[in-house]
Amino acid sequence: MNTALASRPAKRALPDFDKVLDALGAWVLAIVWISPLLFATWAALQPSGTALGLDFSNPLTFENFTYVWNAVPWAGYFANTVVLVTLILAGQLVLCTLAGFAFARFEFRGRDTIFILVLLQLFILPEVLIVENYAIVSKLGLFDTALGIGLPYMASAFGIFLLRQAFKSVPVELEEAARIEGCSWMGVLWKVYVPAAKPVYLAYALVSIATHWNNFLWPLIVTNSPDTRPLTVGLSLFGAPETGVDISVISAATIMTVAPLLIAFLIFQRQFIQAFLRAGIR
Amino acid sequence: MNDMARLQKQRLALYGWMLVAPALALMSLFAFYPAIATLWHSLFTRGTTRRPSVFAGIENYNDLFADPTFWIVVWNNLIYAGITIPVSIIFALAMALWANAHIPARSFVRSAYFTPTILPMIAAANLWLFFYTPDLGVIDQITGFFGASPTNWLGQPETALASVIMVTIWKEAGFFMIFYLAALQTIPPDLREAARIEGAGRWTYTRRVLLPLLMPTTIFVFVNAMINSVKLIDHLFILTKGGPNNASKLILYWIWEMAFAYFDSPHAAAMTILVLLTLGLVAVIQFRLVEKRTHYR
Repeated sequence: MNTALASRPAKRALPDFDKVLDALGAWVLAIVWISPLLFATWAALQPSGTALGLDFSNPLTFENFTYVWNAVPWAGYFANTVVLVTLILAGQLVLCTLAGFAFARFEFRGRDTIFILVLLQLFILPEVLIVENYAIVSKLGLFDTALGIGLPYMASAFGIFLLRQAFKSVPVELEEAARIEGCSWMGVLWKVYVPAAKPVYLAYALVSIATHWNNFLWPLIVTNSPDTRPLTVGLSLFGAPETGVDISVISAATIMTVAPLLIAFLIFQRQFIQAFLRAGIR
Repeated sequence: MNDMARLQKQRLALYGWMLVAPALALMSLFAFYPAIATLWHSLFTRGTTRRPSVFAGIENYNDLFADPTFWIVVWNNLIYAGITIPVSIIFALAMALWANAHIPARSFVRSAYFTPTILPMIAAANLWLFFYTPDLGVIDQITGFFGASPTNWLGQPETALASVIMVTIWKEAGFFMIFYLAALQTIPPDLREAARIEGAGRWTYTRRVLLPLLMPTTIFVFVNAMINSVKLIDHLFILTKGGPNNASKLILYWIWEMAFAYFDSPHAAAMTILVLLTLGLVAVIQFRLVEKRTHYR
């Protein structure tokens, strides 16, 4: 953007030195920032018991990964996480689309009051209400089910807010044209509004997937068996230091937990960063 | 005709209600009702099979205030917030300035900063175990190289909370960076040139031009960091479990412990209400600041 400015002959003698310092600082910080991940990757590839010695002459091995895979129902945890994340996202998309549409395009008594209630929910963190939510989920008979983990997150205030904004920016003329052609309300929503809000959906979906792939406290509370436990809870049970599990093995388990999301991030970096940005600035 | 219009309007209102109803029902069930139920249950004693719970008024709250653990945990959380918030913001700003500057391998640098954002807190804790393991961990190997004796970073009260704080900063700074990055990209490059012509050095430019322009972003990031200082506690489960001797215990972890390890839900409920009040205060502050910000523009 301002390469033209930067390459202009400098008035002072030092800017080049400044630039070198900048680059150095940026790189050092970057290396420090990914070093935990690099160390873990490296340790996971070491024969167990040797990792912390930082001896680079050891041969690399995949035995830690195979050990983890066989020692715990990892494939099951993985499947549970995928099911959970999909379930939550599907629920959120449907509920938030409908509610967002109502707030954006319908006039009804009490709309503004309800909308303020929705905004209020942005500050009542679901994490804080664990005690009562646990009681509710148990009463509904949903303890230790994927639905039990997912249900409290489905009516996402944040999703409703985001989609309402997106729908509001759609020109009303588009809607009127569709209605003249005989579209019903649902038809208008499906054919006009949803396609227009596609980038918002993409951003929201990425953030939702990342959030719930990584979520821990609530799934820890409402799960009790390997049949429902997501990866994060599995990892925490497995990785506790007092169980005496070797750090190479913990690293392998950690890498296996984060790999899917990490690989997706490395491939779709730009989309990920854009998504978090769009979702953050509400 | 008038009747037709009114009928049409009523139908639209009905549609509107039908569209919000499912979301509203779930939200009531998992946010509004539990918030009120928490308040209600915080006013009763713990019931057992032999003794049913009875109304206790503010007794549970008094118990909390009389409990030394309460003050330790609240104080810990204040330190946790007081350090993670400003330090994360400073790191985020430095990262954004660097990721926005013309340096080689810029996209690698930016990804490196952002990567912790997409990792679960539990995984982050496991990664950091490497650094904290006494004697064998990375930190002790480095300090040991300079002749320092090994330190049990997570196991001694003096350093446990600081170790937990480090992980949080590592986790959230890259996330906050992207907001600064986006804001920096909207600042016209002419400003820098103008400042240079006026003879302003780099530091003056940053302090007098950039920082004021980034103020709205800083407020936004600040509020998020404040919420995070309540929310981000997952790593405690791996690193310290709140110990040793409560030295690194944070509020939300304590609530979890009271409710699900000691089965003392009335006190957990009372503590939850205190947290909700604090979060409400944060919301009010945010709305105030946002008002000021629009005024500022």
